[in-house]
Amino acid sequence: MSPQMTSHPDAPLLVAEGLAKYYGSRLGCRDVDLSLHAGEVLAIVGESGSGKSTLLGLLSTEMAPSAGRVSYRMRDGEMRDLAALSEAERRLLLRTDWGFVRQHAEQGLRMAVSAGGNVGERLMAVGWRHYGNIRDEAADWLARVEIATERMDDDPRTFSGGMRQRLQIARNLVTRPRLVFMDEPTSGLDVSVQARLLDLIRQLVEEFGLAVVIVTHDLAVARLLSHRIMVMKSGRVIEQGLTDQVLDDPREPYTQLLVSSVLAA
Amino acid sequence: MTALARTASGMPAITYNFAYLDEQTKRMIRRAILKAIAIPGYQVPFASREMPMPYGWGTGGVQVTAAILGANDVLKVIDQGSDDTTNAVAIRSFFETTAGVATTTRTQDATIIQTRHRIPEAPLREGQVIVYQVPIPEPLRYLEPRETETRRLHALADYGLMQVKLYEDIARHGHIATTYAYPVKVAGRYVMDPSPIPKFDNPKMDDSPALQLFGAGREKRIYAIPPYTRVVSLDFEDHPFAVQAFAEPCALCGAKGVYLDEVILDDRGSRMFVCSDTDHCATRQDEGHTGSMSAPYGEGRP
Amino acid sequence: MMTDPTATVSRPSGAPQARNASRDPAQDAAAGASIQKRAALSPAAQEPDAGSRLGAPAAPSLGRETNHADAGGQRAGHGDGAPLLLVENLGKSFTLHLQGGLSLPVVSAVSLAVHAGECVALGGPSGAGKSSILKMVFGNYRVDKGSVLVADHDAMVEVAGAAPRLMLRLRRERIGYVSQFLRVIPRVSALDVVAAPLRAEGVDAETAKARAGALLTRLNLPERLWGLPPATFSGGEQQRVNVARGFISTQPLLLLDEPTASLDAANRAVVIDLICEKKAQGCGLLGIFHDAETRDAVADRVVDVTRFSA
Repeated sequence: MSPQMTSHPDAPLLVAEGLAKYYGSRLGCRDVDLSLHAGEVLAIVGESGSGKSTLLGLLSTEMAPSAGRVSYRMRDGEMRDLAALSEAERRLLLRTDWGFVRQHAEQGLRMAVSAGGNVGERLMAVGWRHYGNIRDEAADWLARVEIATERMDDDPRTFSGGMRQRLQIARNLVTRPRLVFMDEPTSGLDVSVQARLLDLIRQLVEEFGLAVVIVTHDLAVARLLSHRIMVMKSGRVIEQGLTDQVLDDPREPYTQLLVSSVLAA
Repeated sequence: MTALARTASGMPAITYNFAYLDEQTKRMIRRAILKAIAIPGYQVPFASREMPMPYGWGTGGVQVTAAILGANDVLKVIDQGSDDTTNAVAIRSFFETTAGVATTTRTQDATIIQTRHRIPEAPLREGQVIVYQVPIPEPLRYLEPRETETRRLHALADYGLMQVKLYEDIARHGHIATTYAYPVKVAGRYVMDPSPIPKFDNPKMDDSPALQLFGAGREKRIYAIPPYTRVVSLDFEDHPFAVQAFAEPCALCGAKGVYLDEVILDDRGSRMFVCSDTDHCATRQDEGHTGSMSAPYGEGRP
Repeated sequence: MMTDPTATVSRPSGAPQARNASRDPAQDAAAGASIQKRAALSPAAQEPDAGSRLGAPAAPSLGRETNHADAGGQRAGHGDGAPLLLVENLGKSFTLHLQGGLSLPVVSAVSLAVHAGECVALGGPSGAGKSSILKMVFGNYRVDKGSVLVADHDAMVEVAGAAPRLMLRLRRERIGYVSQFLRVIPRVSALDVVAAPLRAEGVDAETAKARAGALLTRLNLPERLWGLPPATFSGGEQQRVNVARGFISTQPLLLLDEPTASLDAANRAVVIDLICEKKAQGCGLLGIFHDAETRDAVADRVVDVTRFSA
């Protein structure tokens, strides 16, 4: 990274350059460049198989790219190539400065551990060793995501779909991350539950100035939450820009098809 | 160095190598033990052999014992603190038969003590080796079933999960309800399952003059605590580690500050608490100590 | 930031545009003359007054006409400095790929300027491209040709092709927008909807809510509604929330797309007052007013958009 990247206060948080991923000979995604600033919400839209989940995997270091690289501005301001992080550094980053809210709560939660334990895990992982403090912090976060304190010692198997997603959010935000990845966080939920969750995400994003990369096939979710949008098709970004601009004035044939396929509500 | 066995019917003699295992296998196990000692608390994989006893009966401990046993060793085997339960008797006679070594029930006299679920009350000394039988060596397994992931967590000393387990205990029971197999951190590095000993025995592992070896036969793991190594039980600042305390002394020898077993006496709820460590109890009774339910003088001890 | 005009503006234009872009091919085939297409396809076709829809573009139906072909040309006597908005040679067409790449010209060679303290009205029949011009200025529609310069403190910043981050900052700090419809966000109260732009500017919650309340009072929105999400409000109530939200912030350039469309006479008068206050504060306004009375009351000049028909 160039020196000004590391020192400039307005430097991006996350930068991807020439990212590509091949599964054998099959294309996951290619030629992806992006930069994300603090507090920016980027939606990646496209249909199944468009490469959006692959891209999320590459950005979040869950997958190694076939080409290209991802850099991140650490809390000390230094821009680091994520592939060059040690495993310990990478894990620390994942559980402190990053969050990942998954579509299926079972993949993002410990289903056999109480709600409080799920929220407290990150705190304990970074060295909290005072039970009372961990518990207070967990209770505070459960309240923020509108989970009643009396459910704190219940495990998420007894929670509804919407509650599980809110618990995931609390579990991720408890360490005050600056960047959160979200993979279809609202799909599979009832419409009313979805609206409540979206509103909660919107509020928290605003309150904490989170940068978010959200993968969704739901353009309404993208419109409500994101500042910018990237439209993917066949592994490539075919159109991107301001969310309302891309959705209201789509240029590419595929984007026009996507936009026109939405039922206006 | 072979022990001979001859059948009563005059069938051809069956010859076992000393301590049952062949020498190459013992070398392999010794290499694992040396590595385990070099990296305190680290689980070293080894090529666990089929033993003439079922898993769960101490196949891991028996292999470790077989690998370190010499002709001049004196072996003590305990099961839940007792020298005379089935498992202890069977393993002791196994090594009497296959190695012809001397055995004892006296903690002080033993050079090798194989144990299931206890550490003797009498302090161990330099030169002694205690071999623990371990059913599940992985302390993180409860929360993370993937072995690939737990090994990585160990590699990164990433032990938040272990704390989550203790958190869950307090959240559900109001205190750390884990009373046995209580996780410890060894030499400030690896978190280790001390085998299902009561947490009462955890402090005995810390800074012990004896060498402590752990063998898990089914799971094919060996780990160790070298003499004089720091062993710390995990806890929270506001819920510090504490051992069980017993309200009354041993009913037979009057010992306090030892681990007691509950013995049900009838079907009307009568019970007594006695030393789990039978050798310790017997020694004290020999020395003239008595408890509330000691047999009248001259009738001997149980 | 999340409740910025980005969200507010997009729905009314977005939904129709979405439908337009995907319009049934059969319907398209039925549409013969290009003028009809334009009228049907432009979001402006959604405007309530369809009276002038097919009005000949050449026949200006507006009372006052003070067109400035030269954007930098003479003005109605307001302000002396550089314009707040300078639009030059702006051109826009839609390419409908789902209709076999059909190209729909919207406007071409639009040039106009807005200075501090003046209100410029865009005139012309529905479908002439008035809303599209506003949307291009706001960055909601992309600019094909020409330039849109917005005063950003001492500099003029190009909106055409602006990076999203720049555009979002301009919307936060320089360009406000009052659309015809409120984009409702679930579970957010009317008062918070109105206060949001001020909060985004960094004003504390107390002050922002107080000012939001004052505006809603002026617009005669009963206080009992303030704490409720506007989703269930009537059209007129939603419109007033929207107007309040648009007028609360302090951006120097304000774009108005039929701000009085569904208001009664009393509330229309309030909006007229609000516009005049903005002018007095030195804001520049560019608006579409279908209602001649409002337009006459606030507009210093009218730019006939039919001049720019593509």
